[in-house]
Amino acid sequence: MRLTVREVILGLRRAPLLSALSILTIAFSLFAFGLFGLVALNVSRTLRTIEERVEIRAFIADGTPVEAVSAAVGDIAAFPEVARVDMISPEQALARARKELAEFNDVFDADVLPASLEIRLKPGYRDPKTVQAVAARIRTYTFVDDVRYGEDWVRKLYNIRNVAGATGLVLGIAFAAVAVIIIGSTIRMTVLARAKEISIMRLVGATDGFVRRPFLIDGFVKGVVGGVLALLLAWLAHSLMDRYLIQTTFFDRSMAIVGVVSGGFIGLLGSAVSVGRHLHEV
Amino acid sequence: MIRFTHVTKEYPRTGIALNDVSFRIGKGEFAFLTGPSGAGKSTILKLVFMEEKPTSGDVRVSGMHASEIKRHEIPLLRRRLGIVFQDFRLLEDRTAAENVAFALEVTGAPRDTIPSRVSRLLTQVGLASKGTSYPRELSGGEQQRVAIARALVNDPMVLIADEPTGNLDDRATRGIFQLLRDINAAGTAVLMATHNLDLVRRSDYRVIEVNRGQIVFDSADSADAAEPLPPTSA
Repeated sequence: MRLTVREVILGLRRAPLLSALSILTIAFSLFAFGLFGLVALNVSRTLRTIEERVEIRAFIADGTPVEAVSAAVGDIAAFPEVARVDMISPEQALARARKELAEFNDVFDADVLPASLEIRLKPGYRDPKTVQAVAARIRTYTFVDDVRYGEDWVRKLYNIRNVAGATGLVLGIAFAAVAVIIIGSTIRMTVLARAKEISIMRLVGATDGFVRRPFLIDGFVKGVVGGVLALLLAWLAHSLMDRYLIQTTFFDRSMAIVGVVSGGFIGLLGSAVSVGRHLHEV
Repeated sequence: MIRFTHVTKEYPRTGIALNDVSFRIGKGEFAFLTGPSGAGKSTILKLVFMEEKPTSGDVRVSGMHASEIKRHEIPLLRRRLGIVFQDFRLLEDRTAAENVAFALEVTGAPRDTIPSRVSRLLTQVGLASKGTSYPRELSGGEQQRVAIARALVNDPMVLIADEPTGNLDDRATRGIFQLLRDINAAGTAVLMATHNLDLVRRSDYRVIEVNRGQIVFDSADSADAAEPLPPTSA
């Protein structure tokens, strides 16, 4: 192991420019991927915030006994899809309407606004089909006059979410593939620069594993260093965007660690493929 | 120890390099492999250290058959061989001692034994005082001595030398040849490919002459043959 580490250090010292170029190439490839990840993260968070607004409103017929409504609230809250049920009295509805639609203040009257139930759904149950199914069940209560949930809006939101998810997946795979190819080619240059050394190692009886090991460590280390640089660049981009354009969220600690370690593994994979190919050619 | 039995080697692009070649090299033997460029000498050597596999026929080296050997066994075979090339193949950024030590390190020799073994080998090839010199600071003959020291690190049964004097002047050639003789005298077999017919004539070692992929003369089984080698002005 000590010999392997020494070979890695020697390799870095022997070709410092090539090593620096490899690290920068890895850093910029991962930075592009990281920027995409940042956009995807923020789009996904925004969509999730919008999704949280998906609610079903059940209007209650005038004169319904409070006990009946309270029992129904308990029932509905027990639905597996339901996160929360709130009962809104006509007075509360009026207060809210006055607050949200101040320009129509003089039109509102508590008598025209019915009592209602506001039902919020759990994450994962906010798709049009589930919302519709829950609404249908609520409609079966005899005291429910009407049920509304913005059918069109929910459908559009869900479509946007699906398109964003699919685009994100395809772009993510494409960015990752480009990063792996670029990093693999960079590491291949390192391998070719040390082709003579490899041929000598093989002539004197080094096993393939022995030849491969320093390159794998080299690839992993470069990947990790490139990953850290990419993370710094992404943070810089995020800070500038946050300050001058729009408020954005940055990766949390676990995402950052996963990103850097992924850089290491991409480097390791690139090295394994490049050295493997070279060993089979010679 | 080395046995070729009806060996043919054909390359997809350049065609037949060896055609029905058979010979054997015994323990402690010294044999020259001669012939013009492209005759097949290097192909024979590559088959010996299993850089190549025969298209047909059998190559057996130190009990291992080319047709049966697994990829992971080839390094083990090479540790029983010493290999020397015309272009020395030294690592330019390592000293003579480090180049020799490198061969010991990659084969997993105990670390504490390496310095003394390197020192002994450099002394054996006459470079005791040049251990800290880099290849660029050494003459061609000295670089070849380092390469020979490296080839000897694992006490090989046979030393394979592909034109080891090809890049050297007469004086260095004589020195390297004498070194190979000494190595052979100590019990290591030597198989040396060379163009240098003067060298061949000056010794009474076995000569295997190859031409167009075939053995056209082998002094071991042609004791009564006519002079095999053409006159030379070299």
